[in-house]
Amino acid sequence: MSRYNLHNSYKAIVIGGSAGSFQGIIKILSQVSAGFPLPIIMALHRLKHVRHGFVEALSIKSNIKIVEPEDKESIRKGIAYLAPANYHLSVELGNYFSLSTEEMVNNSRPAIDITLSSSAYLYRNKLIGILLSGANRDGAVGMKQIKDKGGLTIVQDPAECMIDTMPKAALSLTTIDHTLSIDNIVAFLKELQQHYK
Amino acid sequence: MITELDIADLKKITELILQRHGYDFRDYAMSSFKRRVLRILELGGLTIDTLLKQLSDQPDYINDFLDGLTVNVTEMFRDPGFWRLLREEIIPGILLNNKQFKIWHAGCSSGEEVISMNIMLKEMGLMNDVTIIATDLDTVILDKAKSATYPLKNMEVNEKNYIRFQGKYSLKNYYREENGRAIFNPELLKNVSFRRHDLVTGDAFNKFDLILCRNVMIYFNQALQNQVLKKFHNSLFKYGYLAIGTKESLIWCEYVNRFIVVNQEEKVYKKIKD
Ligand SMILES: C[S@@+](CC[C@H](N)C(=O)[O-])C[C@H]1O[C@@H](n2cnc3c(N)ncnc32)[C@H](O)[C@@H]1O
Repeated sequence: MSRYNLHNSYKAIVIGGSAGSFQGIIKILSQVSAGFPLPIIMALHRLKHVRHGFVEALSIKSNIKIVEPEDKESIRKGIAYLAPANYHLSVELGNYFSLSTEEMVNNSRPAIDITLSSSAYLYRNKLIGILLSGANRDGAVGMKQIKDKGGLTIVQDPAECMIDTMPKAALSLTTIDHTLSIDNIVAFLKELQQHYK
Repeated sequence: MITELDIADLKKITELILQRHGYDFRDYAMSSFKRRVLRILELGGLTIDTLLKQLSDQPDYINDFLDGLTVNVTEMFRDPGFWRLLREEIIPGILLNNKQFKIWHAGCSSGEEVISMNIMLKEMGLMNDVTIIATDLDTVILDKAKSATYPLKNMEVNEKNYIRFQGKYSLKNYYREENGRAIFNPELLKNVSFRRHDLVTGDAFNKFDLILCRNVMIYFNQALQNQVLKKFHNSLFKYGYLAIGTKESLIWCEYVNRFIVVNQEEKVYKKIKD
């Protein structure tokens, strides 16, 4: 029996990460298999003026396609989307992305909170939020919104994080359903995928 | 603090502004619109009801409200690669057929894009051959643009972009520092006329050789983007250029076939059909 009590009504996964999350993201993307049944939406802190290279770096080992969405692009399952440099990434009713150049939030653009919060609003209890290693508090409020709307919340185990400020901030602000190592996040996603067969 | 608004609240606001003030925000992208309204409520210590009351009872409040609602964040030489493309291909392309030409900055915000354009044109020796119209919906931000004065702390980003653009000098050649502000040489605005213009309700008002509308239509939904592209089409001479933000797209617009892609990376299009 699994400890996760999973089902196949989730519609999306959203991942936030900052300092120290890159290796973890690479590992997750390399272990998730092609044809993953949900969209994976990633807001990762990154250099604002470097438009290129990040998708390529993430793609090297990934089994699924990685895309930096354009404004109003439709959200499709089996693709991992990455918030572009210097833009906030939101999801909209109607299941498409929108970009914005609003002020930085938590000193960040893209801000994890914006992506998480708009995803919580759109997907409600059909969303899984995952927050990884990072050095600031971005993402905590977004995780709370996911939880408040009935979604599932996961943080990377602070003991494993290069910098644990981000997952700890979420843990102190809201209920986190699972605190997992990267390997267990991978196992979780594989098990989740089984439910969609 | 209010952290969530429902669609009904947002609708009350858009309907009221439309009825009272003639601005139409019904087709703005919802998530950023909602965040802007929440921000206005928070900064002003308002609730939806007090906001609605203020919008209907205080005629002057609308300008502040619009200033809070619109996203004015901008940079000089934002996306330096785009500006290099303008200098090396687009402007030379326009010059093949015209000695003098006209540029429209639609959604010019506080004017950084306009100053960048004129610095580039000046360095190309072309400033006197170009007429620029710069428009925005937000009158508060247009006043800032006219003053050509910016907080010094913004200049670090601007300087970095200018260096990546590979300008001829240092950006410092174009402004002086005073009380924590960078005051640009007013000469840099002498060929510019700033006007309030609403892309949603306003009409095409002139013809241009180049239109820049960068990071403005991201705040619109697809239906509105489609409408606004028609206005841009109407406002361009045949073979005129349109530049949008690097992460924007026109592919779902009805008029897309009247344009060709000049540069996919920097999102520059050319009108080829009337
Ligand atoms: C993010 S700024 C873009 C500045 C600059 N073009 C850039 O890319 O950095 C967006 C601007 O569009 C303006 N805007 C929004 N809706 C508009 C409308 N309906 N008509 C004209 N301008 C509008 C806003 O007031 C704001 O100044």
